Amino acid sequence: MQAKRKRSLAATIALLPTWIAAIFVYIGTMVWSVRLSFTDSTIFPSSNYVGFAQYVRLFRNSRWLASLENVLIFGLLYVAGCLALGFVLAAALDRKVRFESVFRTIFLYPYAMSFVVTGLIWQWMLNPTLGIQATVRAFGWQGFVFDWIVNRDMAIYTVVFAGVWQGAGLVMVIALSGMRGISEEQWKAAQIDGIPVWRIYLSIILPQLGPALAASGMLLSMGVIKTYDLIVAQTGGGPGYSTEVPAKFIMDNLFERQNLGLASAGATVLVLSVVMAVAPFRYALAMRARRRGAH
Amino acid sequence: MKNTMKLLLVGAAVLSAAVFSAHAEDKPKAEVMTSWTSGGEAAALDVIKQEFEKRGGVWKDSSIAGFGAADAAFQNRLVAGDPPAAKQTVLGLANADFVNQGLLTPIDGIAKAGKWADALPKSIADLISYKGQVYLAPTGAHGESWVFYSKETFAKAGVSEEPKSWDEFFTALDKLKAAGVLPVAWGGQSWQESKVFNMILLTQVGIDGFLKIYVDKDKGEASTEGVKKTLDILGKLRGYVDEGAAGRNWNDATAMVITGKAGVQFMGDWAKGEFVAAGKVLGKDYGCMLAPQSPGMVYVADSFSFPKIADAASQKGQTLLAEVAMDPVVQIEFSLKKGSVPMRTDVDKSKLDICAQKGLELMAAGKIVPDQALILSPQQAGALNDFVDEFWSSPSEDSASGAKKFFAIFE
Repeated sequence: MQAKRKRSLAATIALLPTWIAAIFVYIGTMVWSVRLSFTDSTIFPSSNYVGFAQYVRLFRNSRWLASLENVLIFGLLYVAGCLALGFVLAAALDRKVRFESVFRTIFLYPYAMSFVVTGLIWQWMLNPTLGIQATVRAFGWQGFVFDWIVNRDMAIYTVVFAGVWQGAGLVMVIALSGMRGISEEQWKAAQIDGIPVWRIYLSIILPQLGPALAASGMLLSMGVIKTYDLIVAQTGGGPGYSTEVPAKFIMDNLFERQNLGLASAGATVLVLSVVMAVAPFRYALAMRARRRGAH
Repeated sequence: MKNTMKLLLVGAAVLSAAVFSAHAEDKPKAEVMTSWTSGGEAAALDVIKQEFEKRGGVWKDSSIAGFGAADAAFQNRLVAGDPPAAKQTVLGLANADFVNQGLLTPIDGIAKAGKWADALPKSIADLISYKGQVYLAPTGAHGESWVFYSKETFAKAGVSEEPKSWDEFFTALDKLKAAGVLPVAWGGQSWQESKVFNMILLTQVGIDGFLKIYVDKDKGEASTEGVKKTLDILGKLRGYVDEGAAGRNWNDATAMVITGKAGVQFMGDWAKGEFVAAGKVLGKDYGCMLAPQSPGMVYVADSFSFPKIADAASQKGQTLLAEVAMDPVVQIEFSLKKGSVPMRTDVDKSKLDICAQKGLELMAAGKIVPDQALILSPQQAGALNDFVDEFWSSPSEDSASGAKKFFAIFE
């Protein structure tokens, strides 16, 4: 009994630095940011509290509202696009094609690139006077138009392209490893029953990949919230602020516009929205665990 | 809370000073942080660097591309208690916060010794002082309301002389278009677009009207009418730019004029630095004119600020750098490379090109209006950029509702 207590004391002491780091670095900075969002801080933190004034200002700011809408569009399409394309690529490679490892490397390669590089490449490719449009026109199809990146209504979708291009490889690798874990027996049984291949993937393989796809979906979603470098490199938030995202709004206000209070309010709203999205999910998991425990 | 923060900063500074003083040399040294990275800008900074080194200083360059990026890096270093010895900054309200927090070193002694007050135009002398003390060493002023044009394309399109009015200007643009030349090399970033907005506004409301709008935040009938007319002209320009303009850097746009792909560019006179770096000759290969019907010039001014620093060698370096920046010969050489106008009025004007001479004349005559960085808070200046970019990229917006949004910036 005494030995056990001693061991737990030792463990506590060993973990203490981690605890301190977690409390001060993570929670402390979060509390600090929330505190700043209630002050009128400009370039440096101030202690002049102004209540919810920064939040009122924030939600009167059309640029901020546009950024929320954009991150929603981008987030949904990016995650869905990566999952769908990643799954299709994995299924294609799963059929024991030749040069599989070569293809795998090619598809995964974009993921190894930073978002800045991805953004720049796509910026050039989509620029109407340099990229795809100019190339097709040079081949003789003069009426060809592909100017989404300079079109206010379409620009956000070009960011989705670049994001999916980059992220699909990751999903592919995770899904492929999941598929490899599915036993040959199921394949054989399904083939004896004469079920078409696409149907096998959809009705038998896909449900079993649930956890793997959920994990990749989680990874991708976390990327969505902090999307910043891709936007800066590809569109700079433009045309107008049609591709503005919250993270960029916050960074601009932190530094260029010397507006710590407003930026902190934006950051707080972002954290709250993540919490609100994650909370029901956590709750469902907890409920399921409890129900299982009752059995 | 603020005091603890300050105490921490001072503590960190003293500590680092104690560590470094062991290695401190007698030579003045300076780590200089700027956003001057394009060809012309880098060449201009080199003028200061060489003189600094000639006088025995040790120079360390920390240039970062992009004004915002350099500012962010600087603020991080400042808050962390490890500032560079000097930072390039634009004269204006943005510096007031640093001064109020006691983070900058006044250089009043150097300014008095060098009789800066006699050498500088009064408005500039006022702008570099905060609370009665000089804090900034000015390097050069920029005229921002210039139009650069390629002589080759003008000849090709049959435009024989500089357009005097906006009507003539648009006729010239039509001719360029007809000749198969892209009329306007447009820099598609919001800060560039708001400069074009300002230069048109100046032509529409005049110097007094301009100051009334930006300084007095007047939104009377005349001001509103002026903004509407400005937006009309700005909107009309949309028809003369190429599709790939969105997000284009200013120096990429300048390159289009240099190579004869485009006819004109609206830009500050720093664009001249790019022409010079490309070996082009003013008056022969390219020309410069103020925006049509301009009663004066929009200007912005660069300077160095000097963060409080404990290291003795760096303090000496700050003094030396301030002296070098204001040296009459350096001011001329720097301006020639960067395309700017010297701040000192007592320099040898004969070396300057016709554009810079004209700019200097306008400055001496007081026919200048300040850029938004000088008169608006960073927050408002940012909102102005947002506004112009939004208007530019929404062709369906009419000027009346645009004007309403413009005046909302000041609320």
